[in-house]
Amino acid sequence: MAEATAPVGTRGSSCLSALAFTLSTTLPGIRSASLEGGELVVRAERERLIPLMTLLRDDPRFRCEQMMDLCGVDFPERPERFDVVYNLLSVSHNHRIRVIVTTDELTPVPSIHKLWPCATWWERECYDLFGVLFSGQPDLRRILSDYGFEGHPLRKDFPLTGYTEVRYDPDRRQIVREPVSLTQDFRDFDFVSPWEGVLTLPGDERAHELRQIMKKLK
Amino acid sequence: MTQALKTDGPQPGLRDVLDEGPLPESLLPEPAVEQKVERRTVEIDSHSLNFGPQHPSAHGVLRLVLEMEGEVVARAVPHIGLLHRGTEKLIEYKTYPKALPYFDRLDYASPMSEEHAFALATEKLLGITAPERAQWIRVIFAEITRILNHILNLTAMGLDCGAVTPALWGYEEREKLLEFYEAVSGARFHANYFRPGGVARDLPAGLEERIGRWADEFPAWIDDLESLLTENRIWKQRTVGIGVFTSEQALAWGFSGPCLRGSGVPWDLRRSQPYDTYDRVTFDIPVARHGDCYDRYLVRVAEMRESVKIIKQGLEQIKPGPVKVQDPKFSPPPRAEMKRSMEALIHHFKLFTEGYHVPPGATYTAVETPKGEFGVYLVADGSNRPYRCKIRPTGFAHLQAIDEMSRRGMLADAVAIIGSLDLVFGEVDR
Repeated sequence: MAEATAPVGTRGSSCLSALAFTLSTTLPGIRSASLEGGELVVRAERERLIPLMTLLRDDPRFRCEQMMDLCGVDFPERPERFDVVYNLLSVSHNHRIRVIVTTDELTPVPSIHKLWPCATWWERECYDLFGVLFSGQPDLRRILSDYGFEGHPLRKDFPLTGYTEVRYDPDRRQIVREPVSLTQDFRDFDFVSPWEGVLTLPGDERAHELRQIMKKLK
Repeated sequence: MTQALKTDGPQPGLRDVLDEGPLPESLLPEPAVEQKVERRTVEIDSHSLNFGPQHPSAHGVLRLVLEMEGEVVARAVPHIGLLHRGTEKLIEYKTYPKALPYFDRLDYASPMSEEHAFALATEKLLGITAPERAQWIRVIFAEITRILNHILNLTAMGLDCGAVTPALWGYEEREKLLEFYEAVSGARFHANYFRPGGVARDLPAGLEERIGRWADEFPAWIDDLESLLTENRIWKQRTVGIGVFTSEQALAWGFSGPCLRGSGVPWDLRRSQPYDTYDRVTFDIPVARHGDCYDRYLVRVAEMRESVKIIKQGLEQIKPGPVKVQDPKFSPPPRAEMKRSMEALIHHFKLFTEGYHVPPGATYTAVETPKGEFGVYLVADGSNRPYRCKIRPTGFAHLQAIDEMSRRGMLADAVAIIGSLDLVFGEVDR
């Protein structure tokens, strides 16, 4: 299917799987390299990220001149909860390679800003939104959130509504931060099972508790 | 420029104004005290300048802190995030169809192109393909969007550099294009028109002819615009040789789109990784060599001409047919059917409350928006809401390089550079 969906002009999946095979056999720091939905995904070890990225940039077989995107993904249930995803693009070979490393809140990921200078802002963004640390990054400041913001908003345990809200107080003539107050509770519907969304009816609390226990056991 | 003027003898008033503490011993003109000769030491201080966030040439809410040495930029530090609305977080709490309108609000100068990226990414994860007519409509409107964006960018850049007339002409031309937007989607800007699985509705009767007539007339307008700018002496003085970026630099800094092509890299996703029906139209990819502001302008002007060509070819090849996948799980049933069919009514209700469940997987899908590569990294976990939707804005990478581009240039050049990078802060800040 991947072969059929690969657009005209790009390297077909056979070529990409050859690249995947080369990657998984040449470097020791690679956990897996495979095609996922027609896209080449490399899962690498965090400590060996720099040699791998240098190879991907400089080796004539890969030659990824551009680091198009760097982002975090949060999986709170995992011991190393964060994925850091690098999307590389080779302009000369016309292929994309995605490199994924994992980390937790405290372990820093080696910074790649010396390979691609544009990585600085992406790493700052990842630090701002997820709290992922990057070692060797001299400019690890917040970038998107407000001056003086606390917390890392794209973590799954950060509520959508946030903790504080900012307004201008005309009496004190300054901007004040206050805890968020909502006139209506945030409504989050669960569509996985049609019955889960039903709130506990009056007199039905016991049954509801049982359902919750059953849900956990499952 | 701060000039510390120091004549011999104590001058408490001046010292108070400067508020800088005493000068070091070595700089004090000690012989002057004895000789009673008027001598002075001039100290030129580099100081920082807040460019924006309320500056009209900042193209939105850019706060650019410029460290100046006289009128020369020593360092440019952009502060972004003043328009950060947490789009990526909000999308995680919306179903896929409800997440789509957020993309209009990212780059509000080219809304449909942004929708295109999300629609293609969702289609890829769902494993569906839009019908041919829908693909043609998307190609035609993506190109209309490109012209819409380039008109705004080029004329606004002209305005920044002192040319007022292009902006006045450009708004009139944009209005015609926004009428096409309104005709298909009902909205002039926030269209919500490209959907996963096709487009929201078919073109209204007669619109193809109207677009065709406009496409015949429009190249003359480009000629008019060029007559104002391309050989204009002032315009060339403001842009030629300003903000030069080599192709190596442009690649390393993650440039894409006209900024990359202006630096001499022939790279266009419409050609190299075509999506929808871009592989069935012929067009040229304008590339310029010098990588300065003037070349980026030339590339954009040439791209508008190519877009007209693509629109004309699209109008020739488009055929009647369905405009969304014929699967009620992904696209709403026709209104008339809902009046009679219970099943259609249920499908409609489920689609607009629950949406559809997208199988687990991840994709990085990028399209060539007018500004460059706009990517969506979409992670699905099998539920009806995206687990993670990373938006790769184009302007973010371009803005980051502004320090390198404007260093040792004049203050007025920074304005031209910002204009030539085509920044929209809805997209940069997300």
